[in-house]
Amino acid sequence: MSEKEIKNLEEIFEARIARDDKIEPKDWMPEKYRKTHIRQISQHAHSEVVGMLPEGNWITRAPSLRRKAALLAKVQDEGGHGLYLYSAAETLGISREEMYEQLHSGKAKYSSIFNYPSITWADIGAIGWLVDGAAIINQVALCGTSFGPYARAMVRICKEESFHQRQGYEIMLTLSRGTEEQKAMAQDALNRWWWPSLMMFGPRDEDSPHTAQSMKWKLKRKTNDELRQQFVDQTVPQADILGISVPDPDLKFNSETGHYEFGEINWDEFWQVVKGHGPCNKERMEARVGAWEGGAWVRDAAMAYAEKQEKRKVAKAS
Amino acid sequence: MKKEWPLWEVFVRSKNGLEHRHFGSLHAADAEMALENARDVYTRRSEGVSIWVVESKYITASNPEDNGELFEPAQDKVYRHPTFYDLPDEVKHM
Ligand SMILES: [Fe+2]
Ligand SMILES: [Fe+2]
Repeated sequence: MSEKEIKNLEEIFEARIARDDKIEPKDWMPEKYRKTHIRQISQHAHSEVVGMLPEGNWITRAPSLRRKAALLAKVQDEGGHGLYLYSAAETLGISREEMYEQLHSGKAKYSSIFNYPSITWADIGAIGWLVDGAAIINQVALCGTSFGPYARAMVRICKEESFHQRQGYEIMLTLSRGTEEQKAMAQDALNRWWWPSLMMFGPRDEDSPHTAQSMKWKLKRKTNDELRQQFVDQTVPQADILGISVPDPDLKFNSETGHYEFGEINWDEFWQVVKGHGPCNKERMEARVGAWEGGAWVRDAAMAYAEKQEKRKVAKAS
Repeated sequence: MKKEWPLWEVFVRSKNGLEHRHFGSLHAADAEMALENARDVYTRRSEGVSIWVVESKYITASNPEDNGELFEPAQDKVYRHPTFYDLPDEVKHM
């Protein structure tokens, strides 16, 4: 194809997105669109899958059968979310194996929040309330994104997410209405998860060079800072209901703007964790790689069995 | 790993009376496993009463490049729609 033809196709393509046409896998698309989507969707998938680890840590120790059933169901949902997203990425021509390989080698990133440890039961409450809460804000914005398979996965995921946040908040509510020790656990969990949750929205707008392109492709409908503000505005009143306090001395409500003003995020910490130096990066990858390698013989055996059955069927038929 | 599990497309009938609809895809070693995985992944909240799985490689899809040839001819066949026919208002039930 000549450069002029490509340019022409690109213009038609951008115009389609501008008028809210969805792009489907077999449609022509610019290479950059394909690559950006493979990267974002696969990293989103990795986040769902690695995100099962901090919560999985507490399934066997949940304080009641009710909590255990709910947590098990939530973690199972996250595995499903990973699968919807991997499938969406596969439609763009990358294989599942390749994506795992990128995760395991550290080439692909996943949400940094999952590199923090879940050290008490209250952390399970805080994760559902804050981490799923932040994820919902990001994901609702993606339901209208331009790539059809990604948008469809997001719609399914958003439907399933709302129980995740509610079960987390309910845990926090129970703790904050419990004994002094329980209330202290809830406060401690908020203290540790608040700032990493704000970091989930990514760097400040001025440090986020791809925002304009992402907006054009509807990979973003709002900027990082706008989404972060929305999260703070909706979450602070929820903390008030729990009777625990957000660990930010600079937090105050501005009655003129109708928004909360909040303190500076520790961006050094953010970049440290992104670069692999968070408290649990190593542990998380060891768990993932271990599961993949440890499960290899099972996958091979299942495939060998399927092939044997197939051969038998063919032999019988002939 | 020797061989990647093949990809399957999943179709779910959400309730009797409705058609099966494409829900998504997954990897599985064989049809039986594909059905079991589809049940776990796509019907955890009573989304379905029946599942079909078919290995993706057996699906033949039209190519978007042929869309003009395939679908545009329908656009100038307005006489296939009821509104094409002019009838007086007095005619009822038609
Ligand atoms: Fe999720
Ligand atoms: Fe979730």
